[in-house]
Amino acid sequence: MKEFKILAVIMALVGITYYGIEPYAHSVMHPEVAEADFTFKDLKNVDTSLAGNAENGKVLVEANCIACHAIEAAGYPAVMPNADAAASYGVVPPDLSHAGRVYDKNYLANFIFDPVSAMHLQHKYAPDSGKAFPMPSYNWMSAQDIMDIVAYFQSIVPKMTEYKAQHKATFETACGRCHNMKYAGLEATTPADVIKEHMGATPPDLSQYIKSRGEHYLHSFINDPQVLLKGTSMPRVGLTEEAQKEVIAYMEEIGDSKKAERETLGLWVMAYMVVFAFLAYMWKRKIWKEVH
Amino acid sequence: MAEFKKADSMLEWFDQRLGVVNFMKVMMTEYWIPKNINFLWAMGVLLTMLFTMLLVSGIFLLMYYKPDVNMAFDSVNYTIMQEVAYGWLFRHIHAVGASVVFLVIYIHMFTGIYYGSYKKGREMIWISGMLLFVLFSAEGFSGYMLPWGQMSYWAAYVITEIFGGIPFIGDELVVWIRGNFYVADATLTRFFMLHVLLIPLAILGAIVFHFYSLRFPHVNNEEGEFFDFHEESEKYLAGNKKESKVIPFWPVFLSKDVFVMGVFLIFFFYLVFFHYGFAMDPINFDKADGLKTPAHIYPEWYFLWSYEVLRGWFFEIAGISGKDLGLMAFGFANIIFVLLPWLDRSPIVKPANQRPMFKYWFWIMIADLMVLTEFGKLPPTGPNAWVGFGASLTFLVLFIALPFITKIEAKKAGGK
Repeated sequence: MKEFKILAVIMALVGITYYGIEPYAHSVMHPEVAEADFTFKDLKNVDTSLAGNAENGKVLVEANCIACHAIEAAGYPAVMPNADAAASYGVVPPDLSHAGRVYDKNYLANFIFDPVSAMHLQHKYAPDSGKAFPMPSYNWMSAQDIMDIVAYFQSIVPKMTEYKAQHKATFETACGRCHNMKYAGLEATTPADVIKEHMGATPPDLSQYIKSRGEHYLHSFINDPQVLLKGTSMPRVGLTEEAQKEVIAYMEEIGDSKKAERETLGLWVMAYMVVFAFLAYMWKRKIWKEVH
Repeated sequence: MAEFKKADSMLEWFDQRLGVVNFMKVMMTEYWIPKNINFLWAMGVLLTMLFTMLLVSGIFLLMYYKPDVNMAFDSVNYTIMQEVAYGWLFRHIHAVGASVVFLVIYIHMFTGIYYGSYKKGREMIWISGMLLFVLFSAEGFSGYMLPWGQMSYWAAYVITEIFGGIPFIGDELVVWIRGNFYVADATLTRFFMLHVLLIPLAILGAIVFHFYSLRFPHVNNEEGEFFDFHEESEKYLAGNKKESKVIPFWPVFLSKDVFVMGVFLIFFFYLVFFHYGFAMDPINFDKADGLKTPAHIYPEWYFLWSYEVLRGWFFEIAGISGKDLGLMAFGFANIIFVLLPWLDRSPIVKPANQRPMFKYWFWIMIADLMVLTEFGKLPPTGPNAWVGFGASLTFLVLFIALPFITKIEAKKAGGK
């Protein structure tokens, strides 16, 4: 029928234009990047096949870590208030309660061995830059000792029963020392002026990042920021795939809190319009029978 | 004063005072529309409906929006989108509606061009329609600034900068438009005023005028046939409904429009709930930052073709800089459609495909606008810049050639 032909022409022209300015243009402006690597296979300094001994790990942690780090879950409180810690180190040292869960095992072991190369921040802490990362390398430690520490962290992870609380805990561990999440009332634990000095720029508020960057971008970016933003001061934080999903889920819970309501209501409204269109068609046929 | 006898019904009571019976006849049941039409004739009613939805959703948004550079972003993205019950729904309807209204405007406009509905007495319909296009463009542009995101800021920066190219007064004009030397709070508050008061008022007036301009020359039909509306309406009223070439606006014409509207709304609400990214650019969910230029700045899709006409001229010709050439081409592109009734010098009112030369002109013009739209979004580098230049030049040539093409066509048709 003629009207269908007209409709087909319009749909084709609109479809071609849409394809050009949306999917195609965005693929040109944001080319695909390498797959996210959650095994961190570029890190090979520590033999992670060794089985760790959590009890020996506890001794090593007490001797080497808690002078700077809090581990609330194991009963080691912060040594000093956040503002003082930030002033001393440039950034608040993380509480390690969730470290055994949110960080990949290989990453964590290699991070202890040499933090800067694990974070992909060699450009920022080059030997001639005069800057030093606040945490020293433990490259003098044996692989067995490092794996013992990792085993200890994995043994003390607090169990969380509520999934939203877990998303939040993961976000706070992974992102919360530098980034604000204004729409959740979260402020970075490191004061804004200190973190700006430490990083060279103020880390952005993440309240709307689920919308402005989207899940696809965040998936690659969090895994390794250098892939999408070469030269950025943001470290690779070494999250497991599971922990990264929790971070993104948290960003969605805060930044797009009406998603579930939107998707449910959408189906009802569209179903209503289908019924409406059908009734309107019956009415139109009845009316036009008289004039055709 | 006339003698009023006691009314027997409520209708009579109102009729005595407001003449509602005659009013309904003139506006609805005896407002005659040709019968020989297709669904493209429903676009006007779709536009009226979309404008109403924009108006209503806009009123709800207005209750919570704060026109201040420190508060605007959060009032939209937190208060409206997350705190207010169904605030997100009003914002999505408003944003998607604003984008889709342009799609329907373009279909409406190119339908008019295709069927030759801008000439032989219908010039004022065309001109008032183009006036509405300009007003909707201004409304869309001013509204896009209000969420105060990165694209709000930088699109406003780039577009207001264009006025700086006007000779002699350019620099002062830019400051006058912005209310500051750069895009700032004063710019936001004045664009807010334009968006919620002055331009909507003008649009309402222009819509009434557009409808009024249809009354005398009447709506065109699928074959461009001229007939005596009075005679045909007599036939209809006498009961020869099948034989008559006209139908009344209510209920016959509107029954078809309501059906088209129903189908359209399924598509529209799919976009509102599930596929809104094209109308709510991700970059605009970063708060405006005058110190951080986004990697790619582009206007909303409906401005891309004229943006590309501007951008296509990137090198100096005969001592005139590319920027000035682009500005001239841009000015040309923005007024040329209004002049269409006088550029088309053929008296034929027929669908384009039944006109020997105009049909080529029409489809090349559509293809050129699509190319301009596409390359208006892509980064203007390498071969893209040359495609943009070619398409921009083609646009100018098409409109300069139109009077000659249609004159030849008129001669072929017998010089009438």
